[in-house]
Amino acid sequence: MPVEIDLRYVARLARLELGEDEIATLAPQLAQILEHAGRIAAVATEHVPPTASPLPRVNVWRDDEPEPPLPVDEALRNAPDREGDRFRVPRIVEGG
Amino acid sequence: MVGGPWEPVIGLECHVELNTRTKMFCSCPNRFGAEPNTDTCPVCLGHPGSLPVPNREAIARIILIGLALGSTIAARSIFHRKHYFYPDMPKNFQISQYDLPICVGGALEIDLPDGSAKRVGITRVHMEEDTGKTTHASASGRIHDAAHALVDYNRAGVPLVECVSEPDLRSPEEAGAYLRELRALLGALGVSDVRMEEGSLRCDANVSVRPVGSDELGTKIEIKNLNSVRSLERALAYEIDRQTRALEAGEVLVQETRHWDEDAGRTTVMRSKEEAFDYRYFPEPDIPPIEPDPAWIEELRARLPELPRARRDRYVREHGLRPEVARVLVADPGASDLFERTVALGAPPERAANWITQDLAALRKAGEGRVGPEHLAELIAMLDRGEITGASAKVALEEAFATGDPVPVIVERRGLAALADADALAEAVRAAIDAHPDAVERFRAGNEGVLGFLVGQVMRATGGTADPRRVADLLRERLG
Amino acid sequence: MSRGSPDLCDLSASELGARLAAGEITCAELAESSLRRIEAVEPRLGAFLTRTPELARERAVELDAYLAAGGPRTSASGIPTALKDVLTTRGVRTTCGSRILADYVPPYDATAWARLSGAGAVLVGKTNCDEFAMGSSNEHSAFGPVRNPWDLERVPGGSSGGSAAAVAAGEAVWALGTDTGGSVRQPAALCGIVGLKPTYGRVSRYGLIAFASSLDTVGCFTRSVRDAALLLRAIAGHDARDATSLDAPVEHPGRDLEAGVAGMRIGLVAGALEEGVEPGVREAVRTALDRLAALGAELEEVALPHAEHALSAYYLIAPSEASSNLARYDGVRYGVRAAGEHTDVAEMMARTRGRGFGPEVKRRVILGTYALSAGYYEAYYGQAQRVRTLIIRDYEAAFERVDVLVSPTSPTTAFRLGERLDDPLAMYLSDIFTIPANLAGVPAVSVPCGFADGLPVGLQITGPPLAEARILRAASALEADLGLDLRPPLLASL
Repeated sequence: MPVEIDLRYVARLARLELGEDEIATLAPQLAQILEHAGRIAAVATEHVPPTASPLPRVNVWRDDEPEPPLPVDEALRNAPDREGDRFRVPRIVEGG
Repeated sequence: MVGGPWEPVIGLECHVELNTRTKMFCSCPNRFGAEPNTDTCPVCLGHPGSLPVPNREAIARIILIGLALGSTIAARSIFHRKHYFYPDMPKNFQISQYDLPICVGGALEIDLPDGSAKRVGITRVHMEEDTGKTTHASASGRIHDAAHALVDYNRAGVPLVECVSEPDLRSPEEAGAYLRELRALLGALGVSDVRMEEGSLRCDANVSVRPVGSDELGTKIEIKNLNSVRSLERALAYEIDRQTRALEAGEVLVQETRHWDEDAGRTTVMRSKEEAFDYRYFPEPDIPPIEPDPAWIEELRARLPELPRARRDRYVREHGLRPEVARVLVADPGASDLFERTVALGAPPERAANWITQDLAALRKAGEGRVGPEHLAELIAMLDRGEITGASAKVALEEAFATGDPVPVIVERRGLAALADADALAEAVRAAIDAHPDAVERFRAGNEGVLGFLVGQVMRATGGTADPRRVADLLRERLG
Repeated sequence: MSRGSPDLCDLSASELGARLAAGEITCAELAESSLRRIEAVEPRLGAFLTRTPELARERAVELDAYLAAGGPRTSASGIPTALKDVLTTRGVRTTCGSRILADYVPPYDATAWARLSGAGAVLVGKTNCDEFAMGSSNEHSAFGPVRNPWDLERVPGGSSGGSAAAVAAGEAVWALGTDTGGSVRQPAALCGIVGLKPTYGRVSRYGLIAFASSLDTVGCFTRSVRDAALLLRAIAGHDARDATSLDAPVEHPGRDLEAGVAGMRIGLVAGALEEGVEPGVREAVRTALDRLAALGAELEEVALPHAEHALSAYYLIAPSEASSNLARYDGVRYGVRAAGEHTDVAEMMARTRGRGFGPEVKRRVILGTYALSAGYYEAYYGQAQRVRTLIIRDYEAAFERVDVLVSPTSPTTAFRLGERLDDPLAMYLSDIFTIPANLAGVPAVSVPCGFADGLPVGLQITGPPLAEARILRAASALEADLGLDLRPPLLASL
């Protein structure tokens, strides 16, 4: 079954700028991969619970005890742009 | 179909920052007002390779909230990741809950202005993490003009509880009462600072309008940026009016999110349903499920304090307070606690309540003071024994608030003791009569009102230490 | 037939430990041996992204002083170690083989490295890998490919290709990698060394830069099975910073190493020697199975009925989790932001990601985003999770009948550079035998079992959860019996 993906919509969701050439290459590749992956639809799973993790644990938590945070210069050391002790980003447009 | 009368249908989504010592998923301190980015670590900055580990106390507190609201505590609950890109969210997903929240169902009972009570259904209460704080840098301070924004991640990862009500509210006043009741409840539980002005309690409202008697829901509008009970009530009133007018004009409303502009007193469109996010929820693989031990839940239930509603009823029943005084007192856990301890020291409840909800409340608006139950009990006792006047008591309270010194010490230091010396009082009265012959003449001509002026003169001369009733009596005696 | 005379860096950690203990060699000499080898072969291999010779020399001198003063020696003391560049190292650049993290300096050490370092291991560098560990050939690194020491025109496998090549060529005595779908076992097989993927949760993932959180494990590259046991022991155990780390006690995984396979029930995964497996690989594996039988193992064929769907489930689950884990690379807090003016933050993020990620990462981020998006979740991610449950049940049933399962690690030997680069699906098929163990969270090891056309072949031995000691015991028996000469030809030219 051929799979149609709205690549531009998905790329926007993923905040990923894609060139036209990339979209042209990706579209058939993804269709092929999804066609293969989509075969699991045929597996009977009506009464099978999903597994999110192979780990058998529950209730893993820590005590409410503070530890020293990073020194502020360490926190900002990798910042691509900063102003004072805050991270700087281009303006934010709602719904953008 | 079109035409009144109309009724609004309102549901609230409230976000509560818990006041645990540390953040939700890392051991960074959880405190308000620290310097930018000083309370961060690889986890809450979303550094590559870091992993979240839940804070047990935060889980305990959301269970407490659920128990107080009569929710079912889920036998199994999991965290989900909720995805959207925003620079104040370090991982560009929020660890939240989706179809398996910790608390399901419940109700909050609120008092209506007519004295009746109403049960407002609770849909769910779930656990998530807060985001950082973005400042839009521009000369005007408006987002649209800003060339860039600055981000501080101190609040990123602070435990956040979301409490969603059923659409059971029918007026802005009911919504206001719900928010006040929820704030009182959370305050009584001690799980949050519940300061709306600091953002530790926030609220979004969903509102639609429909013809009275209809079972169907109208088009739902979500309102954001409601920073106080007053904003909530104003925004709802505005929005109900706007929607009603639109429907009466035959317009079709569209589902959208609107922003409340407090200064302009109106809502504006933030985004329409078409722009709604596709959050791509999926189970958080880094955190195993939460399956609270029933014994732990019972332990927590035993930790529940007296809840605001029960406490109000008790204040009316046992202490004879008027319901509105009880409500004001109980809304503030600090005040309520002070009241209980003051009464325990033998102070008459109504007098204690009045001092706490009036003079002391005015002082506490400016900040925390150092007045304890012993100050209030002493103050009231000295008043009753006539050792200080009402005016002096206010001065003493102010000073106790600032210094924490015992009331008798303050009275002594500031010379606030009631003027008990009959000769001194007589002297002050005589001086006032001598200094104001015109007033004396008018009083004798039958102008009773002038007496207040003369009493005031004596009070001023004695620095407020004279008993005004005695002064009035003496004046009448001398002028009669 | 020996190829060139061995240097210190060619010896196993266990042998080096004995020599250090006897005072025959120093940590400094050992470090120099490894650093010399790196100088000699690195121009041809490209196994490292960052080399740390100064740190290594400093640390070795420090350790010699510490040991001379009577400080306790561990099996990791002084051992030249390489780390895949997806494990964070405080103060040492960590790139994930990606342009987007080209300048990233982590503020903390990964727990696995912190433990190894605390035990005295000496870091010689951070190794090349497929970008964010996504790939099976190491050709998806933003910083160029790694070459296979057995044939420089061939890939070392991936994604931990740099770690595998470095250990095979003696640049490091052992190395850590990560295994999400076979990224330790497959390159180990293609480079002729031992690759161990422990039980999910056995080794802390704190500081393992996440690709697919429910599948990721830290794994071990060594030139002997004994070393794999020693390395695992040094890094395993509960970590409070990883809520998915197991709190089970860690038995010494090398305890029963020489106990042999007599009476051990070994199950050959049904269909594992059929179509799609190169004849040479098939033959080497058959020979190895004959040897195991000769050593007293009971062989039978065991079906994993849902394993045929493992690849599909994996290519829905792994990209979905990856699309989420990689959302954080947005040019705000760390990493390389796209240059130039941006009209708003959304554009800046999209450009940063569009330019910072390579094609394979973009492919998987798009795939995962799509699989999780509204309307598709149940059909793709939801269904894949249910298939995952069935695969786990298959393993549970299999391990009621047998002690361990065996199959080829990879259906082929090392393939030529570029051969599968334009065919993602063919590349994904490289991991057909390794992926099921990640879905089930069970431990598996690849151990060299022979050659096909002069290229090494690996046998994969899989066990039930926490049975690392058992699979290593089987691997050790085979290793001892075969006695293969695993020095790659590259070393003969030195």
